[in-house]
Amino acid sequence: MSGQQAPADLTRDTGEASPGVGSSLRRPDGDLKVRGQFAFSSDLSAPDMLWGHTVRSPHPYARIVRIDTRRARRADGVVAVLTAADVPGRNGFGLVVSDQPVLASDVVRYVGDPVALVAAETPEAARLAAALVEVEYAELEPVLSLEAALAPGAPYLHPDGNLVRAIDIRRGDVDRHAADAVVRGTYTVGMQDQAPLGTESGLAIPDADGGVHLLVNSQWIHADRNQLAAVLDLPPARIDVTLAGVGGAFGAREDITLHAHLCLLALATRRPVKMVYSREESFLGHVHRHPAVLRYEHGAAADGRLLYVRCSIDLDGGAYASTSWAVVSNAAAFAVGPYVCEDVDIRARVAYTNNPPCGAMRGFGAVQAAIGHEAQMDRLADALGMDPIELRLRNVLDEGDLMPTGQPLRGRLPARAILESLRDLPPVADRTDDGFGPMSGGLLRVPGGVGNVTHGEGIRRGVGYGIGFKAGGMPEGIRDYSTARVRLFPIGGEVVAQVQTSAAEIGQGVNTIAVQIVQTELGVADVMVLPANTSVGSAGSSSASRQTYMTGGAVQAACRALRERLIDLAHERYGHRADSLLEHGHEVVLRDGALLAGPEQHVARLTDLVPDDGLEEVRRFDHRATTPYGVDGQGEPHIQFIFAGHRAVADVDVETGLTQLVQLDVVQDVGRALNPVAVEGQMHGGTAQGVGLALMEEIQVSGGRIRNASFTDYLIPTVLDIPPMTTTILEIPDPEAPYGVKGAGEPATISSTPAVVNALRRASGRDLSHVPVRPWDLIAVEQS
Amino acid sequence: MSQDLSQELSQDLSLNVNGRDYELEDVPVATSLLSVLRDRMALYGAKNACEQGECGSCSVFLDDDVVCSCLVLAGQASGRTVRTVEGLDDDPVGGRVRRAMVELGGVQCGFCTPGFVVTATGILGADPDADEDAIRERLAGNLCRCTGYTKIIEAILQARTAPVDEEADR
Ligand code: FES
Ligand code: FES
Repeated sequence: MSGQQAPADLTRDTGEASPGVGSSLRRPDGDLKVRGQFAFSSDLSAPDMLWGHTVRSPHPYARIVRIDTRRARRADGVVAVLTAADVPGRNGFGLVVSDQPVLASDVVRYVGDPVALVAAETPEAARLAAALVEVEYAELEPVLSLEAALAPGAPYLHPDGNLVRAIDIRRGDVDRHAADAVVRGTYTVGMQDQAPLGTESGLAIPDADGGVHLLVNSQWIHADRNQLAAVLDLPPARIDVTLAGVGGAFGAREDITLHAHLCLLALATRRPVKMVYSREESFLGHVHRHPAVLRYEHGAAADGRLLYVRCSIDLDGGAYASTSWAVVSNAAAFAVGPYVCEDVDIRARVAYTNNPPCGAMRGFGAVQAAIGHEAQMDRLADALGMDPIELRLRNVLDEGDLMPTGQPLRGRLPARAILESLRDLPPVADRTDDGFGPMSGGLLRVPGGVGNVTHGEGIRRGVGYGIGFKAGGMPEGIRDYSTARVRLFPIGGEVVAQVQTSAAEIGQGVNTIAVQIVQTELGVADVMVLPANTSVGSAGSSSASRQTYMTGGAVQAACRALRERLIDLAHERYGHRADSLLEHGHEVVLRDGALLAGPEQHVARLTDLVPDDGLEEVRRFDHRATTPYGVDGQGEPHIQFIFAGHRAVADVDVETGLTQLVQLDVVQDVGRALNPVAVEGQMHGGTAQGVGLALMEEIQVSGGRIRNASFTDYLIPTVLDIPPMTTTILEIPDPEAPYGVKGAGEPATISSTPAVVNALRRASGRDLSHVPVRPWDLIAVEQS
Repeated sequence: MSQDLSQELSQDLSLNVNGRDYELEDVPVATSLLSVLRDRMALYGAKNACEQGECGSCSVFLDDDVVCSCLVLAGQASGRTVRTVEGLDDDPVGGRVRRAMVELGGVQCGFCTPGFVVTATGILGADPDADEDAIRERLAGNLCRCTGYTKIIEAILQARTAPVDEEADR
């Protein structure tokens, strides 16, 4: 491979001191990134490289009658054209079940299903030849909704039928109450795209011995490799997967996309092959956030106490299962929100359809659920004549309460503190006296502002709140772990450290955290994180807000093993002196490249302890076991609960239906902020994605076809859509997690959408049953 | 899809990029500046998040203006000077922007970052005292999916006033 520069992730930080955990160490890859020299997966090249292109189905559901590749094969510059017949191993992949063909052979199940591949000398030649592959289809009647999929007599899209999973969680008896207030609501949530700025891309290089090296953007390279092994019919050891620079992920890179295609083309042509999806193809190539229909009924006593919650959550899984199995589990478990309720009846299901496949996106099921429960809590507050925060505080989960699954909540919980902190924020000025009037504050501060569409007469201000939570880490008895290799070695009169994991650095900062942990544990300033690859054990997925906990735990464990080795070496080398210092009850401290007894007593310099060929330890870190759901969805499926809350202030022009956010405030518990600036970055970014879902982001699907597969038509927030934000970090440690950390990546995405939508409800006085909220939902007077 | 005629027509081009002259042969006329930068010159700093003028990840200087290089035909850049993020190494404003972006956490995945560095360098180069509203307005063409923009704005505001640190800014 000859990418540009050194391998992208060979990042190091030689900070002056050893700041360690709790400091806001700068990203080790930051300097390369601001110089444009960080190699993303789309920036790679190799001598003699070919370009790949994918032929995709134009139909949501059809039988493949015939594929004729002859014209494509004869086209200029074409080296190979592959179809399902060229897949040597299992023609299927998937994180939970292998139901997704690498190349469709008999049926296509969504618009975009891959059918054939082309490799050619240039990207243009590959694209032109792809258009010459002739595929004859016999169209079938597509199944385009969950209802249609589960209706009697619906065609089975997969051998076991169309229900991917149904989960019922029941406790107590929802029918035993005579509630003083009952609120019923149906809410629909559109399909959201992760829209990472880097599209899917990668480079596959065939080995001399029949294996293949894949450099790709991913969230979990071991899962990639294991699926590839089955598809390529190669032992996993013959497939090296290296994480290339990842331009964001947010769930879109949990499943494999072009991975197998690249490897098939490279193995077939015996040449390196590169692919880069266009933005349009990216919309077709990866899974999306499930669109949802949420039906809720809340009953409460006059004092605001929640008596019962009944709800159903229907998710459209699209053509393949992806992670639907786990998304629906999360939606069900967190359906009630962070509230105590003894009598609950939750039914959640997800089905196959011929819509685009859906799977992981930041917040993973809890996002959809929070749109339902937080709308309901606001409406319930109105029905009871209560303040919305007061109603939430009256019901909020505390230590010792039970989840709907019956899982007891251990340790101090942050939800009450989050609500109190939101309640105690400085009040928001009225629109009239904040100096932000349309004429005084400039057009940036009015809805539709720079479009100059209003004089401000119809503008109403609303303040909305939302709180949400989910589980960090893998649930339901999954044996999840991470692995780290840490090596100390002398170089130029210093001892430096090298960390090797396979954790995907997707922008969230797991590599920064690894550096900080080594600095803290071993007192070494110069720490290098090697590019993630499959030469070390799995780190698990960069998802479920789990990497700081899991890979952080593995790095910490490897460091602690090294520390024991260093202590042994100190005893060996300095016998008597070390023995006496260390045996006097002094704690061993590793700091500034030295081993100390207690805070002051110097025992040895690391340069005198670490042998020339270095010291190395590999450790695997497991979290405590969880259980699958039992009868009625009861059990202890989760390891850790992570919470955030928002206040949103919005101005709505009820004449035009346009919205301008005025301010956002985020409060989140992270257990312990190992890198406060990075944590704030997660809170900001998560909030912005929630704003996108609240206001603008929806993949428009009709007839199974995505109508807006571009950044011209699928809008994500720009800097003008995101108002000033304040962040409040709470640190309520989790005693079971390394350093007390809790997952930080997702919670802000969960609560920001409902807070914004509640602000719009308050401003417009409208019910707002669909998210994203559309301008016509907000207009006060029905257009006649 | 029919064979696109513009694929057939090509031209030879001379381009000045980051102070260096490049002679390119046989460039199809429909080729964007972005694709010659990336695929012909191996200058990968300008990114390709949309190739439709919507995201700003491909921002470069064309003479003194910041443009989306995906929307400029390579031929249109001929005879003019192009500066990419790689060409800002010695630019004092660019240096301050880079340093502030890293220090204040304006970088996460980094895919949008070169575009923001170029655009911000353009903003502060033209208007060293630009206020927050002006900065926001002129950044509206640059998408970032990771940061929620807050730390990027903070960084650019800091870069506006930060003293030049010759060492760190290079
Ligand atoms: S790639 Fe040029 S604007 Fe998006
Ligand atoms: S840092 Fe990832 S898109 Fe901006």
